[in-house]
Amino acid sequence: MDIFIQQLINGLTLGAVYAVVALGYTMVYGIIQLINFAHGEVVMVGAMVAFTVISALAPLGLPPLLVVLIATGCAVPACMLIGYAMERLAYRPLRGAPRLAPLITAIGVSIILQHVAMLIWSRNPLAFPQIIKLQSYDIGGATITNVQIAIMVISVVMMAGLIALVYRTRLGTAMRATAQNPQVAGLMGIDANRVIAFTFVIGAALAAVAGVMVASYYGIAHYTMGSQLGLKAFCAAVLGGIGNIPGAMLGGVLLGVIEALGAGYIGDLTGNVFGSNYQDVFAFIVLIGALILRPSGLLGERVGDRA
Amino acid sequence: MICSRFGGFALAALVAWGIAACGGEKKPQAQSPAAGITILIGHVAPLTGGIAHLGKDNENGARLAVEEANAAKVKIDGKDVRFEMLAEDDQSDPKVGTTVAQKLVDAKVVGVVGHLNSGVTIPASAIYNGTTPPTPMITGSATNPKLTEQGFKNVFRVVGRDDQQGPAIANYLAATVKPKLAAVIDDATAYGEGLANEVEKALKAAGVKVLPRERGSDKTTDWKAVLTKVKGRNPDAVFYGGMDATGGPLLRQGKELGLKAVFSFGDGACTDKMSQLAGSAADDLLCSQAGIPPLAASKSFLDAYKKRFSVEPILYSPFTYDAMNLLIEAMKQANSADPVKYLPVLQKIDFAGATGRISFDDKGDRKDAEMTIFTMKLGKLVPIAIIKSGKTIKYDDFVAMSSAPAADAQKK
Repeated sequence: MDIFIQQLINGLTLGAVYAVVALGYTMVYGIIQLINFAHGEVVMVGAMVAFTVISALAPLGLPPLLVVLIATGCAVPACMLIGYAMERLAYRPLRGAPRLAPLITAIGVSIILQHVAMLIWSRNPLAFPQIIKLQSYDIGGATITNVQIAIMVISVVMMAGLIALVYRTRLGTAMRATAQNPQVAGLMGIDANRVIAFTFVIGAALAAVAGVMVASYYGIAHYTMGSQLGLKAFCAAVLGGIGNIPGAMLGGVLLGVIEALGAGYIGDLTGNVFGSNYQDVFAFIVLIGALILRPSGLLGERVGDRA
Repeated sequence: MICSRFGGFALAALVAWGIAACGGEKKPQAQSPAAGITILIGHVAPLTGGIAHLGKDNENGARLAVEEANAAKVKIDGKDVRFEMLAEDDQSDPKVGTTVAQKLVDAKVVGVVGHLNSGVTIPASAIYNGTTPPTPMITGSATNPKLTEQGFKNVFRVVGRDDQQGPAIANYLAATVKPKLAAVIDDATAYGEGLANEVEKALKAAGVKVLPRERGSDKTTDWKAVLTKVKGRNPDAVFYGGMDATGGPLLRQGKELGLKAVFSFGDGACTDKMSQLAGSAADDLLCSQAGIPPLAASKSFLDAYKKRFSVEPILYSPFTYDAMNLLIEAMKQANSADPVKYLPVLQKIDFAGATGRISFDDKGDRKDAEMTIFTMKLGKLVPIAIIKSGKTIKYDDFVAMSSAPAADAQKK
């Protein structure tokens, strides 16, 4: 039983990160039907910027929590800037183009970001400084660390904040209106370009925080870390119903748990025919399953079928 | 091209890297008007992707050898020659590996140093063997036995094989830790899986029970699910066949979950990077390198490397340095850069390199390759034992022995 609880904790932590990253995919898709494949790289840049700041501040003897907050405080605006620049320079010029064009542009942006990051931060896997002292707590024989608790709490707070933003503010109303019909929203006096730019910026801010969380959880940052994470989060978004914000959260958490439990038990269930190396495959099995059985996702939204 | 354009982006701390990368690639062009013959030698390693840092390390080692040879104004057949290294990136991908191998062959290189990964080297070796005459290649890091079991006469390696290294670390583990139950994990690459298989075989032969194999990939950073499962079985020892970029997180997460086993690794994860990636969790790990520790082997190489690239060698650069020197030395002795003439010399060569005495057996494997067992103390790898011809020698005794390779290297 303790093993099961441990796998559940592993899965929930992973799922919380997937959920936060998936939100970036789903928000952008909800508004302009673009799968922003460069979103994973924004997560990576967030982690890298935080790495630089923490490495610079660590020797100064400031309280560790303050250092992490400052690092996150630097990573978020940096990523927001990238999110804005990405939208302004790469996607806005293609606003009226066929859907394939911005999709391929997104892949291009992803490659550019990755390689610029390689030139800045080198090819080495960077050891993310562990300045917050790791503390383990015992839950029914399983261990949970303070970092894991922090990841889950921060994710929930951010998701709650996003829901409040989308459903309770004028900007959120404008976002939903633009998602439903950009032309009509424009007639109502909403500046669609501004709203779309905002969506990218918010998604990038979430990605920055996710980057810091992932890097401090695994203790490693690398210029390729964003691509795999981005793909998984994309699967989570599709599972939950792409374009649907609560769906992305649900999909993320579910995917994390499926991966952890799957990797933990597939060997025993299949008599070691399949092993834990199938961990990364689960995300894509889930993606295919969702597309076949329920193409609109668990919390499917009508966004997909609007003209 | 890209390099010089984006050079400005590099931060101060990385300027050295930038210069090493840009400067190195420009150099051949700057010198090319010089008189004499230019001899092309290829080098291939992953320069992008998860283990690009190890790839760059390999390339630096080979580049150093080429630059030293050019500075020494080598003459072959009475003519001034200049060696030029064509550096290619195989992205740790077997498909890309064969493509760049073909590219090098088409560029008419007379020899190749590379590749880094076993899984990439094996298919690429067929391309080098398929040319007429076959293009000699020496790998400084591919350890999978299959590479030299293909019967290719042009393929050599200057590191030990997995079926030497696997038993070495496994037997050391069995003798010192005395585990009853061990878990073996690999990264599902030709290298990681091959080495893990050898370790599992040797552990079982030593009477240790081994859990069903667990696997990740060469990109895995989340090992929690696998390790939690392993923890449920309570093994006394864990072996991981894979590289440092994945091994570091594995070690850290294992300790985080409270796994009380001794962690051991093969050469891919036997770097100082492990202590940075895993923090204090890395203390007391065991790992093996397929060769003698570079720090004991060749002071002159280490100094030259640090002076040229402003970074420490990471893992295989002494081996690629030796591999490149072997090619050059064989050409010098044969007095020809024609593979037909210098390949037989290479097969019979006896060379004092940065990693000790090198000669090859019939298959192209290094004769009497030593294995070194390391542990981690206060963030630094410390060699504790050398295994040669099945015998375990304490490291201090090995250094004390008069035939210490350090002496050889200095003579050179």
